[in-house]
Amino acid sequence: MEFTEKHVEGLKDLLYKMADDLLIIGHRNSEWTGLGPVLEEDIAFSSMAQDKLGQANALYGLLHELGESDPDTIAFMRNDKQFHCCQLVEMPIGGYDFSLTRHFFYDHADAIRFEMLKDSVFEPLAMVANKFRGEVKYHTMHADTWMRHLGKGDETSKARMQNAINETFPMALGIFEESIYEQELMESGIFAGEKTLKEMWLTKVEQIIESAGLTLPDINSVTPVYGGRKGQHSQYLQPLLEEMTEVFRIDPGAEW
Amino acid sequence: MTIHSLDPRVNRAEIDGEAKIGHLDEFDYWQTYEVFVQIKRGTHHSHVGSVHAPDPEMAILFAKEQYTRRGVCVNLWVVKTSDIFTTEYNDSDIFETTPEKYHRDPESYKVMDRIKAYKEKHNSQS
Repeated sequence: MEFTEKHVEGLKDLLYKMADDLLIIGHRNSEWTGLGPVLEEDIAFSSMAQDKLGQANALYGLLHELGESDPDTIAFMRNDKQFHCCQLVEMPIGGYDFSLTRHFFYDHADAIRFEMLKDSVFEPLAMVANKFRGEVKYHTMHADTWMRHLGKGDETSKARMQNAINETFPMALGIFEESIYEQELMESGIFAGEKTLKEMWLTKVEQIIESAGLTLPDINSVTPVYGGRKGQHSQYLQPLLEEMTEVFRIDPGAEW
Repeated sequence: MTIHSLDPRVNRAEIDGEAKIGHLDEFDYWQTYEVFVQIKRGTHHSHVGSVHAPDPEMAILFAKEQYTRRGVCVNLWVVKTSDIFTTEYNDSDIFETTPEKYHRDPESYKVMDRIKAYKEKHNSQS
């Protein structure tokens, strides 16, 4: 079918929020580089952070093809109000319990979203989704393995992971904050929508959390943290952007 | 005293400069696993190094990023280092072999002439 102007707007909105999530969580996770709990995990977590930047870059590239600015400009020249990431990804890294739990919740949503997008009628996006399936699969394997090990570790690790799950869950639900273009995305066949994604995600994360001997809070007992998709962010995003873009802003025209 | 560094990540970590380095509990000691990478299905796995890990599942998880992130791999093995049996370096003279064994060296077998002759004959017929 032919895309209307609203379909294209919906598509851009989808690409922006996906890419912004990836850029910001990639940056946050890279903050663990050199500080990870053990050398091997430090390397694995840093490497996955780099994967996320690569994925963000590919999605910004699609936006560029749709007429938006080039990826560097999009990534480095916007302020927090112009970012579409959910608030989950902008939170400081906290302890490793929080960072792992965020990685677990986020990466499962990312994996299912990419899986759904493999069937998108917007072929460039379907191709990108397919291209990153191996990376995304490893990321969820990594998250699941840690979740199960710490859930079944000792009383301390179990308590810390349960606490991290309880604290992170409302923010994780913010991933699925609906866009004003849900209807357009679904009717055009670009994307099957946040509701479907959320249902699939809930089933998946609950199953793994339970297999780890932990509990996912009742979704009806928590208030999702929304706003990120509409440019409303926590106090933590703007300082992150300032640090991330510090070198770029010294000389935006520099050739790298 | 908190350590200040030019690296913002180190400052953010708020590392306590006075903190004593304590001893690890037994639970915190991880064993090592030897890692073997297969670059193509059907070929042998090659030893590439080792990783620290609490169990084989984590060892695979770590080995994947340590040893395959920049190269081709289709399959990984991890084996507990303690499960590897090894020769002693004192015994390394067992690998010294004397040269006078023409009966074992492939060049003792004069077959190339016959193979060549067969090929020439075969080619001339076709």
